[in-house]
Amino acid sequence: MINLTIDNQKVAVEPGTTILEAAKNTGAKIPTLCYLKDINVVGACRICLVEVEGAKTFIPSCVTPVAEGMVVRTNTPAVIKARKLVLELILSDHPMECLTCLRNQNCELQDLAREFGITEVRFDGAKSEYPIDDSSPAITRDPRKCILCRRCISVCTNVQTVTALCAENRGFETLIAPAFNEKLANMECVQCGQCTLVCPTGAIVERDDTAKVWAAIADPKKHVVVQTAPATRVQLGEALGAEPGSIVTGQMVAGLRRLGFDKVFDTDFAADLTIMEEGNELLQRITTGGTLPMITSCSPGWIKFCEHFYPDLLDNLSTCKSPQQMFGPLVKTYYAQKEGIDPADIYCVSIMPCTAKKYECQRPEMNSSGYQDVDVSLTTRELGRMFRQAGLDVTNLPDEKYDEPLGISTGAGEIFGASGGVMEAALRTVYEVVTGETLENIDFEVCRGITGVKEATVQVGDLSVKVAITNGLGNARKVLDKVRSGEADYHFIEVMACPGGCIGGGGSPIPTNTEVRLKRIEATYTEDERMTLRKSHENPAIIALYDEFLGKPLGHKSHELLHTKYTPRGVNK
Amino acid sequence: MVECSCNTSNEELAKQLDKIIDPYRDKPSGLIQVLTKAQNLVGYLPKWAQVQVAEGLGVSLQDVYGVITFYAFFSLIPRGRHKISVCAGTACYVKGTKMVTKALRDLLDLRPGQTTPDSRFTLEIVRCIGACGLAPAMIIDGKDVHGRLEPELIPELLEQYE
Repeated sequence: MINLTIDNQKVAVEPGTTILEAAKNTGAKIPTLCYLKDINVVGACRICLVEVEGAKTFIPSCVTPVAEGMVVRTNTPAVIKARKLVLELILSDHPMECLTCLRNQNCELQDLAREFGITEVRFDGAKSEYPIDDSSPAITRDPRKCILCRRCISVCTNVQTVTALCAENRGFETLIAPAFNEKLANMECVQCGQCTLVCPTGAIVERDDTAKVWAAIADPKKHVVVQTAPATRVQLGEALGAEPGSIVTGQMVAGLRRLGFDKVFDTDFAADLTIMEEGNELLQRITTGGTLPMITSCSPGWIKFCEHFYPDLLDNLSTCKSPQQMFGPLVKTYYAQKEGIDPADIYCVSIMPCTAKKYECQRPEMNSSGYQDVDVSLTTRELGRMFRQAGLDVTNLPDEKYDEPLGISTGAGEIFGASGGVMEAALRTVYEVVTGETLENIDFEVCRGITGVKEATVQVGDLSVKVAITNGLGNARKVLDKVRSGEADYHFIEVMACPGGCIGGGGSPIPTNTEVRLKRIEATYTEDERMTLRKSHENPAIIALYDEFLGKPLGHKSHELLHTKYTPRGVNK
Repeated sequence: MVECSCNTSNEELAKQLDKIIDPYRDKPSGLIQVLTKAQNLVGYLPKWAQVQVAEGLGVSLQDVYGVITFYAFFSLIPRGRHKISVCAGTACYVKGTKMVTKALRDLLDLRPGQTTPDSRFTLEIVRCIGACGLAPAMIIDGKDVHGRLEPELIPELLEQYE
């Protein structure tokens, strides 16, 4: 252990610990802007300066390891003065547009300016002027608001291994952007939105589509239906000020009705349907010598990643659409017929923990109902915004139930939101379909948790099913490289683009970090346990859907409405 | 943007670039060496060459472009036959770097980082070249030092560079 003194308190920490991390033991809060534990440790912003006895200059605490006998002071008047200077210098090249910024009141730079009591910026130098890149249906970049912290680059490069962004030029001219300042829509950005979660300011944000939804609700001709993704019910509370891990399923339903949606349905229903199609597709591939391993296709960021970086593995992807995109065409066919509504008048909104879903619903092939199947996809953050605009105190509303029939779901659909959930839901159904026996213990603990790559062999009757589960695209790459080289002999792989799964998706409330992700995961399994039905094939609405409309899994109608094709895209095109 | 100004076709250059890349294939650590050689081969680093280097070394185009735009040595635009390096070290700056760059702008319509349309000159600004006693100074083609510059002297001294 290394012994040192921080603010006159003795501290002992492991060798290699930074001053910043060591100071947490003393209760001192050293401010940070660029620092992201284990992800972005670059010392770029200089706000974490501290005084170290014997050092000639102030020391950036986030990148300086502790040393034996070190004497550190984190809050002397000189340190505070230096930090204010750093803040003023950052603000001198920042547009003061807080009141009209999407991140207003949820911005780390704004928080620090408030905490330090900045009332004027003494420097009146040049300001960076760059155009906004709003080419992408999911993510908008405004480089004027960028403070060059590099968090987005780190998460895109090191966590997602997409590397859609780089730091171009140097000094004042530095710009964080794709090479040649290419538009995000025209390159291998997978729209996962992890950059929007880590940006300390409003330089990279989700595209705000709330105005489209308000307009649809206001249109008396439109029958506006909404579907809510599994993860949203364990996230939305945070967007409205509740603690991470709060479960607000019933209140969210009540709130959506009060906003004026005509029907409040559940993507969990479509997740159950996905299991029916995907589980049967897996069995068909295994028994008929189809392409294996089969890889899940629920995560649109992952799909785009595969199309760009692993186009040779597209045949391994399940042809099943994601739950969002299974729901869309069903609303505009099955539900429309059942209720006698002209599908042209139906406006389908989805609430997703995801930015890539905005991109997915606009893909040209996603119109198998004859209309754009899902008209607009909102992130959990945007729904939070709509509730605030409407003045609805959602967390204090009474619980209400989803509408029938597309709001009926099981615990299996619910766990789709967490890494391993799709796999576990599939196993619950595949086991019973194959063996004809009731599964004794339906909790596949081996699938659960935030570990990047999980592997297991599950006995299903005579069949030993080898599975792998990955979350975060960098982890997916590890498994995919093994598949590509022929080293792997998995039957089934679950890939979720975002760390922790959808509960950590790019459309989640900010902040989203490991601690918050774990709480949302715990809440997800709590929800699962609360459900009466926990296996997709026992969902009565799914059984009725096949009886009345689809026929059987993988049948003709399923192929028409619920399955899709992928496009090889490559990189640097 | 002007494509390669020499007579070798891009296809031929791409083949030669592949040979440069070969020893570094799938080795990201070779990036700066490969880019240096690529620039020597092509004269500058057009997008097609950057893509080829990125794919050859197994890195992202963003990685390549970030490095190129970081180092003043690398150029995204075709270079002229002659490189004018105007010193902006402290002594030259004080004695009139701005006067020299203005004279070049007036004479050739040439700004730092640009190449004349006839590919005759490329202008760059460099830090101290160690000729402070001759300030303000510039170097042409990395070897000819011209000092104690005055605007009216510049047209004549450029005449020797065709």
